[in-house]
Parts: sequence; C-alpha cells; structure tokens
Amino acid sequence: MTELLQIVFDALSLGSLYALGALGIALIFGVMRLVNFAHGDFIATCVFAMLWPSINAAAIVFAGNLPFYLLIPLLLLVGAALSVLSEVIVFRRFRNANPATMMIASFALGFAIRNFLLMLYSSRPKSITLWPSLSLPVEVWGARIPMLQVVTIIITLAVLAVLTLFLKRTRYGLEMRAAAENFTMARMLGVRANAVILLAFAISGMLAAAIGLILATNSGTADIGMGANVMLIAFIATVIGGLGSVPGAVAGGFLIGGASSVFQATLPHDARVFRDAFVYGAVIVVLLVRPQGLFAPKSAKQRV
Amino acid sequence: MSQRPSVIWRTIATPVILAVLLLAMAALTYQFGSRAFNRTVVEMFINIMVVAGLYVFVGNSGLLSFGHISFMCLGAYMTAWLTIPPVMKSITLKGLPVWLLHTKLPMWVATPISGLFAALFALIVGRVIMRLSGIAASIATFGLLGVVNNVYSNWDSVTGGQGSIVGTPATMNVWNGWLGAAIAIAIAYLYAISRSGLALRATRDEAVAASASGIDIVRERLIAFVVSAFIIGLAGAFYAHFLSIVNPGSFYLRTTFITLSMLVVGGMYSLSGAVAGVVVISTLIELFRNLEKGVSLGGLTVALPNGVQEIAIGIITIVILMYLPTGLTRNQEFSWRGWPLQRRLAPPVQAALKESN
Repeated sequence: MTELLQIVFDALSLGSLYALGALGIALIFGVMRLVNFAHGDFIATCVFAMLWPSINAAAIVFAGNLPFYLLIPLLLLVGAALSVLSEVIVFRRFRNANPATMMIASFALGFAIRNFLLMLYSSRPKSITLWPSLSLPVEVWGARIPMLQVVTIIITLAVLAVLTLFLKRTRYGLEMRAAAENFTMARMLGVRANAVILLAFAISGMLAAAIGLILATNSGTADIGMGANVMLIAFIATVIGGLGSVPGAVAGGFLIGGASSVFQATLPHDARVFRDAFVYGAVIVVLLVRPQGLFAPKSAKQRV
Repeated sequence: MSQRPSVIWRTIATPVILAVLLLAMAALTYQFGSRAFNRTVVEMFINIMVVAGLYVFVGNSGLLSFGHISFMCLGAYMTAWLTIPPVMKSITLKGLPVWLLHTKLPMWVATPISGLFAALFALIVGRVIMRLSGIAASIATFGLLGVVNNVYSNWDSVTGGQGSIVGTPATMNVWNGWLGAAIAIAIAYLYAISRSGLALRATRDEAVAASASGIDIVRERLIAFVVSAFIIGLAGAFYAHFLSIVNPGSFYLRTTFITLSMLVVGGMYSLSGAVAGVVVISTLIELFRNLEKGVSLGGLTVALPNGVQEIAIGIITIVILMYLPTGLTRNQEFSWRGWPLQRRLAPPVQAALKESN
C-alpha cells in the first residue's frame, strides 16, 4: 500500500513537471503554430538567473539568496521577459513561415541562448541550495514522501486552476482561446493578434520559470542541459494530448510522467535501464492508435 | 550556345554539378589544406551524406523527421562490430554473437552492409510509423530516436554502453569522403527523379489529390524512408571510420538538430539546398573557429572569446531563415541553364503550406 502510494506520488510530481512544460508549449502552439524548442533553454536561463556569472565550480548565489516572496516574482519576471523578448525580436518575423522553418528558428534561438549561458557560467554543473527544508520527508498515510513532491503537486494544481480561470473567465482568456481555435477569424472579430501572442509568450515564460524553480530545488544543481529534457518530454506530451488542446497537454504530461514512474517501479531490474525505450515505445503505440492525440480539438481535424 | 542541352544532360546536371564542385573542394583541400582542415572537410562530406539522406525523406515527403540520426547510430555500430579487430572486440564487447566476434571485414565490404542493416531496420519500423502523417509522424520518429539511443546507451555487453567503442580503423581521407558524398548525392537524386519520388512529392503538395490519383502514400513514404536510412547508415559507417570511436551520445539530439538546421537553411525541398546548407554552415563554423583562435590584423592579434562560434551560428541561422524562409536555394536545384539557379523540381504549392499550418 505504502509502496503504491509512493509510486502515485512519484508519478504525480513528475507528471506535474511535464504538464507545466507541456502547457508552456501548448499555449504558444495554440496562438501561432510554433513548436518552441527554445523553451528548455528558457528554463535553464531562469535557473541560472539565480547565480552570478562565473566559471568557477562553486556557484556564487546572487538572486537565489533573496527571500522567497521576492525571488519567485523576480524569476517569473525573468522568464516572462525573456520569452516576450524572443517573440518581439525573433518569432514575430516568422508569423507566415512554414512550421518546419519556425521550429528550426526556435531551435537556433535556443542553441544561441544555451551557448551564451555556457560562455557566462561554463559547462560545469553548479550546486545551488534553495529551501533545504523542502527535501525533508513528510508522512502521508503511512508513506514517507519528500515535501517537495507534495509542494510540486500543489503548485501545479494551483497553476492549473488559475490558468483555467484565466482562460475561461477573463476577456484575455477568451481572446486567447478564440485565437487558438481560428486565428484569422479571431483577428477579424477584433482580437489584437500581437497582444494575444505576447500574452501567451509571457505566460509560457512564467511557466518556464516555475519549472526552473522546481527543478533547481529538486536536484540541488544548476545544469545547462536541465531544461532540454523536460522540454522534449513536454513536446511529446502536447502531441499525445492533441496539439492545440490545453487540457490535452496537461493530461499528456501527467500520462507520460505516470508511465515513466510505473515503468520504473514495475520493470524487472535488468530492464530498468531501458525505461526510456519503453516510454518512447508507448508514445509510438499511442500515436498509432490516436494519431490526432488523445484530446484533439475539433479545429485540428484536417479538412479536405 | 543557343543550342538546348540534351535531355540526358539536363536530367543529370544537378548531381554532376554538385559532385564536381565538391571534388574541386576535395582537391584544393588535399593540395593546400592542413591536417586539421582536411578533417574538417571530411566531416563536412559526412554531413552532406546525412543531410542528403534526410532530404530523400524530409524533402520529398514534407514530413519532418527527428529520427534519422538513429540510422546513423545503427550504421556506425554495425561498422564497429564488423571492422574492429577480433582481439579488441573479445575484450570490450563480450555479448556479441560468436560469428560476429570473429569477423573482420575491410571497410569497403562493411560499409554497404552497415547501410543495408540501417535500411532493413527502417523497413521494419517504417511499416508501422509511416502510417502516421503530419506532426504525429515527426513525434513517432522522435520516439524511434529515443528508443534506439536508450538501447544503444545501455546494452553494455553489445554496444559498450555509455562509454565509447574504440578501434574502428581510421581510414577516412578527403577522397573517400568525397566518394561517399557523391554516392549519397547520386542515390538521393536518382530517388528524387524516380517514379516513387515524383509520387511522393505529389503527396507532399496535395495529399488528397495524390491519393485520388492512385498513389499509395504509405508505400511511397516507406520507400523514401528506407532509401534515406540506407544513405544515412552509410554516413554512420563513414563517421565511425572518421572518428575511430563510436559513442551513442554523438548520435542524439545535437546531431539531429544540427543536420536538420543545415537542411532547412539550405532549402529543405531541394537536393542542392541540402548540400548548400551543409557547405555554408560548415564554412561558417570553420570561419568562427578560426576567429576564436585569433587573427592578426596589422600586428595585432584579435581573438573572439570562446563560445562566440555557437552563438553566432545560432544567430546567423535565424537571420538567414528570417530573410529566406525557404532556404538559401529557395528550394530550387542547381542546373546548367539559367545558372546558378533554375526551377527544376516544382516547389510546393502555397496550398500545401497553408494546410500544414
């Protein structure tokens, strides 16, 4: 029973991380059909924003020393600013380009950002301690669960609730959903394209910052490549959930997180190193059964 | 001058022009290049093979594939298994079957076998994956890359796991590098002008009309997938001989995205674009690498700080795509008449682009 609970919490917290990442990708994809491969590097930038640039192994913590009520807004601001800036400088010029071109442009942007970080901070992973009290275990129905997992799940649920309220109840949310459904039509009906796209980028950047905070607290290190992995899984999650569908992206994230945790727990010991192969294999199987994704929006159906 | 070139010449002009240009590069490098520069050029030729292979599938089908580097991985490891001296293999790769453990083939036999191995693998997985289309197919190919990389990184007794397998004979030079690139270009071009290539481009531009005309989309895609896997498998074999080290990390995301960038920067719907993209990006990388080492300007040595090379490549890629979204060659082929660019293979119609949006 406690073992099962452990797996459930592992699955939920990993799924939360992927779901947040998938949201960040799905929002931007919704409004401008861009798969943002730079998202992982936004995450890494948010983590490194806590450190002072130096190439020594010992990290000079800078913003990371701030109390949490200052640090969290600051990082959210960094994420949003970076994301909005990349829209204004780069992606705005690719509005009418073909998706493959946009994808490669976003990859090139991520490549430049990653190497800029490398130049400032060197490739050595740096240790960073944020809120050590969060790694203490807590007792939940007899199972010992790291506090951080509980916090991650709660934060994710809170973010999802706020975002749902925003999308469903506010004017901007309505505009964003309209733009995701049919961008041209939405513009004709008075939705300001640039405002909606900027907003989507800002939210996506803040989500990247949230992931960065969770990752940094969890692993205790800052590593250039830490965002890329989450980004890739998140990208897969959005496709599994149905590209263009926000709830689908979240569900896809939780599904992949769950599958990883379950494979990790149930595979025989020798096969455990091949866990990722099983996960990717499962992804292919899901796609074969539902090529449009599990929760494909109606607008994604191809018309003839 | 006013006479029209013959049909045959017009048909084969593109690959001949490309191969001759590359041969000139090889000759100049051999004559004047330093040892390090020779290696750079060989690496460029191998990248041309990979990107030409990518073009066969991506360019003709219009589906973006993230999985083709797994074929490079398969080819490279197959070459390693076939060409490393048995004495070394029996120490590092104990899990190999006995017949493979005692095999030692020369490069010119092992390389085609590696290509065929990759093609066979592509045939098996392609039968499943090619049923998908659009972004689902791209993600499925990505899954393929993930599976292959995970298996090759962890199956220690056969692949050496995360560590490297050392000992593939280092037999690469600019001449066999050029030969590989020329063969890749020839196969890619022959495929593009074949019946299947034409049919596949029809499905890319208008899927519905093409299948209404009796084209079996899955079959044509599968053919392209297998041909491209063969070319990239060959490239993997060459790469193993080039580095004489095989390591699963070199066949993963970085290579995937760099080669895709080269294809898109050059122009993803033309073979000339594939080759031009590799040449231009490789030249830029080499240029900035030298600038990082430092150049003397009137007795003053100016060097860029380390890391500028990658940042510059990223920014230049973005700028090229900003102004030429269809790539440097605008998806057209090199040909003799109307030099340097003339429309040969029809560019995709606007409708197809809109649809994929």
